Amino acid sequence: MNILKSLANRERVFDFLVPAHSPVDVRHGPILYLEDVNVSFDGFKAINDLNLTIDDGELRCIIGPNGAGKTTMMDIITGKTRPGIGSVWFGSRHDLLTLNEPEIASLGIGRKFQKPTVFEALTVFENLELAMAADKRVLPTLIARLTGEGRDRIEEVLATIGLVELRYATAGTLSHGQKQWLEIGMLLMQRPRLLLVDEPVAGMTEQEMERTAELLTGLAGKGKQSVVVVEHDMGFVRSIARTVTVLHQGSVLAEGSMDTVSNDPKVIEVYLGAEEEAA
Amino acid sequence: MRMLPRCLSGLLCLCLLFGLPLAAQAQDDPGQALLDSLDTDSYADKGEAVETIIASGDARSRRWLEALLGGKLQRHKDTGRFVVVVENRGRHWPVVDALSFEDAGEMSRRELDRIGINNALRGQLQGALAVIDLHAEQVGERREAARALLGDVDASLAEPLRVVIGEEEDAEVRRLLEQALAIHRLEEGDAAAVDVLAGSLNTRVRSALNAASRSEDAELAAAATSALADIEQKMMLNRGLETLYFGLSLGSVLVLAAIGLAITFGVMGVINMAHGELIMLGAYTTWAMQQLLPGQPGLALLLAIPAGFLVAALAGVAIERGVIQFLKGRPLETLLATFGVSLILQQLVRTVISPQNRTVVTPEWMSGSLMLNEGLSLTLNRLYVLGFALVVFAGLMLVMRRTRLGLEVRAVTQDRAMARAMGIRATRVDILTFALGSGVAGLAGVALSQLTNVGPNLGQNYIIDSFMVVVFGGVGNLWGTLVAGLSLGVINQVLEPWAGAVLAKIVVLVFIILFIQKRPRGLFPQKGRAAEG
Amino acid sequence: MWLTRPFSERSTRLFLSVLLAALALVTLLNLAVPAGHPLHVSTYAVTLLGKYLSYALLAVAVDLVWGYLGILSLGHGAFFALGGYAMGMYLMRQIGDRGTYGDPVLPDFMVFLDWDSLPWYWLGFDMPGFAFLMVLLAPGLLALVFGFLAFRSRVTGVYLSIITQAMTFALMLAFFRNEMGFGGNNGLTDFRELLGFDLRSDGTRLGLFLATGIALALGYVLCRAIVASKLGRVSVACRDAEARTRFLGYRVERFQLFVFVVSAMLAGVAGALYVPQVGIINPGEFSPIFSIEVVLWVALGGRATLYGAVIGALLVNYAKTVFTGVMPDAWLFALGGMFVLVTVFLPRGIAGLLSLRPWRRASHTATTQPTTGESTA
Repeated sequence: MNILKSLANRERVFDFLVPAHSPVDVRHGPILYLEDVNVSFDGFKAINDLNLTIDDGELRCIIGPNGAGKTTMMDIITGKTRPGIGSVWFGSRHDLLTLNEPEIASLGIGRKFQKPTVFEALTVFENLELAMAADKRVLPTLIARLTGEGRDRIEEVLATIGLVELRYATAGTLSHGQKQWLEIGMLLMQRPRLLLVDEPVAGMTEQEMERTAELLTGLAGKGKQSVVVVEHDMGFVRSIARTVTVLHQGSVLAEGSMDTVSNDPKVIEVYLGAEEEAA
Repeated sequence: MRMLPRCLSGLLCLCLLFGLPLAAQAQDDPGQALLDSLDTDSYADKGEAVETIIASGDARSRRWLEALLGGKLQRHKDTGRFVVVVENRGRHWPVVDALSFEDAGEMSRRELDRIGINNALRGQLQGALAVIDLHAEQVGERREAARALLGDVDASLAEPLRVVIGEEEDAEVRRLLEQALAIHRLEEGDAAAVDVLAGSLNTRVRSALNAASRSEDAELAAAATSALADIEQKMMLNRGLETLYFGLSLGSVLVLAAIGLAITFGVMGVINMAHGELIMLGAYTTWAMQQLLPGQPGLALLLAIPAGFLVAALAGVAIERGVIQFLKGRPLETLLATFGVSLILQQLVRTVISPQNRTVVTPEWMSGSLMLNEGLSLTLNRLYVLGFALVVFAGLMLVMRRTRLGLEVRAVTQDRAMARAMGIRATRVDILTFALGSGVAGLAGVALSQLTNVGPNLGQNYIIDSFMVVVFGGVGNLWGTLVAGLSLGVINQVLEPWAGAVLAKIVVLVFIILFIQKRPRGLFPQKGRAAEG
Repeated sequence: MWLTRPFSERSTRLFLSVLLAALALVTLLNLAVPAGHPLHVSTYAVTLLGKYLSYALLAVAVDLVWGYLGILSLGHGAFFALGGYAMGMYLMRQIGDRGTYGDPVLPDFMVFLDWDSLPWYWLGFDMPGFAFLMVLLAPGLLALVFGFLAFRSRVTGVYLSIITQAMTFALMLAFFRNEMGFGGNNGLTDFRELLGFDLRSDGTRLGLFLATGIALALGYVLCRAIVASKLGRVSVACRDAEARTRFLGYRVERFQLFVFVVSAMLAGVAGALYVPQVGIINPGEFSPIFSIEVVLWVALGGRATLYGAVIGALLVNYAKTVFTGVMPDAWLFALGGMFVLVTVFLPRGIAGLLSLRPWRRASHTATTQPTTGESTA
């Protein structure tokens, strides 16, 4: 069933992706596959023999203490950092290590940064418009007009992220939580296959957090895209997670359901335990 | 005063009256005969007379020959008395007696006959004088005399010189004299003389060798040519060293001008376009100190060092408090605002002091040059500035590495919020850092006042260069600034001979622009997470 | 089509009508009002206004890159000067054998330097078509090469400002050299005619003024069209969050390069219109101070508005004319003071005071509407 679904998805995505790129092939398994990845900065090993597999349509939470290598892992996937050793595959067709940042972005990997970065001088609507999958070369952009289809898509995403009323507000005037949602919306506009979300609820109020949890589970739940969430807030992770991966010192310490992971003695020792003691 | 000529003519009458006894007395003096022999129309005879005078060993012969050479040995038309003119200006010349060298009052120039000389005689006299000088008491004078003889030795001088060489104790004088003799021998076609001359950088030696290399005597020509090649090599080395020196000197100026900027721009991230004007203030402080302490330029210069630092630092604090603090986090606006400040400061100096350049006196101990060998001498003021730049740099390194202020500055640079949380008063650190950077600009101005004109545009000429140095070296890295400044200075000087000063500068600018494309963070980029932010 | 978009904007229509009305008024007052009348605008004043208008076009070009792309170019004077030199070279060739030395081909300064033939880069400048093309191409090419190198290596912010300043400084030094073949210190001058019109006649001067005004209008519309297009929004995105834009799949450096080159060409046109009106072009136009002064015009008028740049250029230059006539010493004080006051107290410039910015209204409504987070599937 899953394979069938993803095939159907693939067809839909294909229409909107830049034709130059071949579609992501997930028939043979996971959408993202990291094998034996190593990165070191000036002798410090930030990532150490990391192996990670994300299935198509999965919502995965990644937790780990500070310095566990979570952000570096995101950097590797999006092409910002190049690992010394290892391989990173997107589907079974695209070797991410051979591509640069914009190429990876247009393949369908969207990343949401820790600190929300939206274009503050532009309106919510314009923010989404810029994020829309389209011909992004210079001259086509100059003469581009918004099609009815594009407008529909923007409205759809506006509805998803709950900013319909604020579509003509400048992004700079949004609250912190709204900016986070807008940024997720911008990622959705690109019809990504894989969403990387870095600490989405940091600094959010209780209600905003609930809203975000709904948003993220909704995104992955429909099998539209795979979502990887890096988060510190254990309550939030517990509320959305199906599978949790614990990173420690640059490699995977444990993986499984939230309950399995939180009962793992190794995990308790390096992470959860410390937190519960502190609490 | 009007009485004086009449008195003089009276005196002359007296002289005439007593002319006989005077002449008789003169005839007792052997010098009179020597001088008499000079008063002949034949230059050949005069030449012989000169030889006789030298041979006589008379203590006065040096002064006679000198006077003869200078056209100042003259004879009174009426009395036949030999006199030496002290000063030949106006119609009445003060004279001294040529025998006794006692004051003989004034004589009208119409009463006097000059003992004339021709070129041949002039050459002979110069050589003869040199030989006499070679017997001077002071070693220095003897060396001077020996050096003057290079290329001026002829057959008549050769023999006396050999004698002198045998008696001379100083090795340097002997070496120079042997070279002088060798030039003579070379002119006579003696190939062995080349060996003596080999390696000398003196221009006279080189022109003699040059002449010899064109000689018909193949052996001589070959020897001279190879000696010339050797000398040329040495000259190249010298020129290389000289270029390096000028390059380092220019580089030290660049380092001085840029190092303050490296602090305000590199460490604080503040673009201060008025940095050049802070340099200018330092230079004007030096000028003002010299106006306050007339006659003591050295002391004024030394006092200007702390004063220049203080003036520029205070101006810097005023700029920081008055403008920059309102523009935190807006570097482009800071750039514009400080540019406005620079315009105001320039115009202020023009209005208050003068639009013209002011001269700053170079104290005696800084003028002159240090002679390393015959082809290479280093001007002292540049040497001092080079040293000063290194001292300032070392001082700044100490401040940044070893003091509380340096620690706090580095903390604030890396993480402002965290530093504040640790109890560092970031605002105070800002002010002090800016004061430090500005003060160093003032020091640069003090140094520059010794090398260039002090005028309202002084700073403007250095601002772009300074930014280039900082960016080239790597922002936030003092070592980078030092290396970048010195190397840019040297590159500039190396390019100058074949490209000309302006083109060299253009080439350097284009080079930096291209370099920044290749390595946007400069020669020595800051590494790690802090640099990413 | 994207070019006509600005005409639907209220601010553009307002700007164009004010500009065209002013052009018509000046023409009327110059031609129809007799010379003695107090309302008469002399030809001298017309040329002065024409000069201001060419400056205004330059300011619009600078605002395009600074206001919308966030690139503070301190070297736009170089593009202006290159356009001016291209025009100047054409005008020099038009002198023909009427120069002091009467050489039919060589300009006076080359005869003076004992050159026996035209350097290759002077060839073709006797043809107006070629020369006018070079007005666009010379600054465009420099901007293309410079921008390609700079943006490719992601040199932005103050670094870019500093190296643009170094660029114009290097060019100034180069053009000061006689060997460059651009007249050295004195530059190019003693022009006679443009396209057969005598440059000293009143009619030509009025015509040049009108041409400059129309060029300003066209340049303004072009910039407005770029700004109002999606490309304009991408530019703003590059300005505010370059990394984010890159992650959205835009090749930021290409957008920067495109806008930079367009802006440089506009600056070149401004320079070309400036030269016949002032009658001289010399390396002084390359001086870094001039370029940075242009930035002040934009800052004073209000950046990222385009019309602010025009207002700023006209105001500052009018002030300069008045000041340098009445008390020349005070001008630099005034200019310096403006730099400080505008950046510290008037970051949005005069346009900010007028608060005509369209998005300000939008942001106002935004704050009045409380957010209700409705969940959606």
